[in-house]
Amino acid sequence: MLKFTAEHEWLELDGDVATVGITTYAVEQLGDLVFVELPEVGKSFAKNDDAATVESVKAASEVYCPLDGEITEVNEAIVADPSLVNSDPQGAGWFFKLKLKNLSDADALLDEAAYKELIA
Amino acid sequence: MDDTAALKKTPLHALHLSLGARMVPFAGYDMPVQYPAGVMKEHLHTRSEAGLFDVSHMGQIIVKAKSGSYEDAALALESLVPVDILGLAEGRQRYGFFTDDTGGILDDLMITHVDDHLFVVVNAACKEADLAHLQANIGDQCDITLLNRALIALQGPRAVEVLAELWADVAAMKFMDVRHCRLHDISCLVSRSGYSGEDGFEISVPVDKAEDVAMRLLEHPDVQAIGLGARDSLRLEAGLCLYGNDIDTTTSPVEAVLEWAMQKARRGNGARAGGFPGSGRILSELENGASRRRVGLKPEGKAPVRGHAKLYADAEGKVEIGEVTSGGFGPSVEGPVAMGYVPVSHSAVGTLVYAEVRGKFLPVSVSTLPFVTPTYKR
Repeated sequence: MLKFTAEHEWLELDGDVATVGITTYAVEQLGDLVFVELPEVGKSFAKNDDAATVESVKAASEVYCPLDGEITEVNEAIVADPSLVNSDPQGAGWFFKLKLKNLSDADALLDEAAYKELIA
Repeated sequence: MDDTAALKKTPLHALHLSLGARMVPFAGYDMPVQYPAGVMKEHLHTRSEAGLFDVSHMGQIIVKAKSGSYEDAALALESLVPVDILGLAEGRQRYGFFTDDTGGILDDLMITHVDDHLFVVVNAACKEADLAHLQANIGDQCDITLLNRALIALQGPRAVEVLAELWADVAAMKFMDVRHCRLHDISCLVSRSGYSGEDGFEISVPVDKAEDVAMRLLEHPDVQAIGLGARDSLRLEAGLCLYGNDIDTTTSPVEAVLEWAMQKARRGNGARAGGFPGSGRILSELENGASRRRVGLKPEGKAPVRGHAKLYADAEGKVEIGEVTSGGFGPSVEGPVAMGYVPVSHSAVGTLVYAEVRGKFLPVSVSTLPFVTPTYKR
């Protein structure tokens, strides 16, 4: 199931683990990414904490943790090659996997239709 | 009121929109920051082919002596800049800056000897202040006129071949030469200069013909429109100062390592030494050195270090020594690049300093400028 935040993160839920990335819309706004800093595996974050940093040629931006949870895996491929986020933001350009503290919190996030309306 | 409605538009505004530019407010103008290709591709295209930039927001000013003599105009302008203007040959351009009484920099500018007058290009954000400054200080001797013209920059290794298709004589021009020309019957003033570190041209064009000239250049397969994003990364790699970031009223020309722009005639024992605002400090710094210097900074890791990042002598961030003034990712360098000010004690190439980025202290080595080798045709 695909969910979205108003801050332009996407989450793909598999049980209580969410794969998290930034949306195609967010990537279009950021432009060419040249640097990605990911969180440490095992670290816990609350919703809206700064979890990752992305930098385009021009500017740095924070990626927020979309829900409370613990990082279980990060995508080192985008650290080695940040352009993967530009070329496939909602696929190979994922950022991290997050074990949700409360699975039901995900219900409050946007579904695809609501997110599309937000960015329209 | 709608903020964007208050923004001024250049004569190429409609063209930018038709090319799919993303527009941003810059120095009071609605300007293209990037086109659909993106900053990275635009930057690399300029270094390998040719990029077209709209720099019409900059101020184009004529300084003409009321007497009609070039010498009088040159000597009047020399009272405001530490640059040899009298010795500037007709059809030649020179970089310079207005200084203030404390030796700080009010703006940087390009100064050209055209016929019997001076043609001066200044920064968009400073142009009203520059006009007032000129008017107040030399307005009794000179007529100061802000031109309503467009300015188009064509930069990159293919620029000369492209422009030669409109005007063959351009190939004979050398770096910093300036010529009147007709591009398809459009009367233009062309200089072989720019701010990308590449060979290239700036073309001053009548407003009503600007789109025509820009379109003719863009029709060439080697030319792409380039936005402010790539303009900034190109000039940073070229080690060129951006007014308001790398130089301002708190930085002196010697601190900024702009000695090369102050010719012998205006220095200590020169024919027309001093006589410009802040000359006491600037001449003393030319003689004895400044206590801090602008340097190139090469972050050792992959993280860009941006303007305003603090610089430290130690990896623990105990001894603050300076600040980054411009920084980002250099697409041609394929890594982060920056410039900033450090004490002379830390200014030698290879010195390791530390920049604070998100609470971490990242190693950064003092580097030679520019980061790319310029391809000017001297």
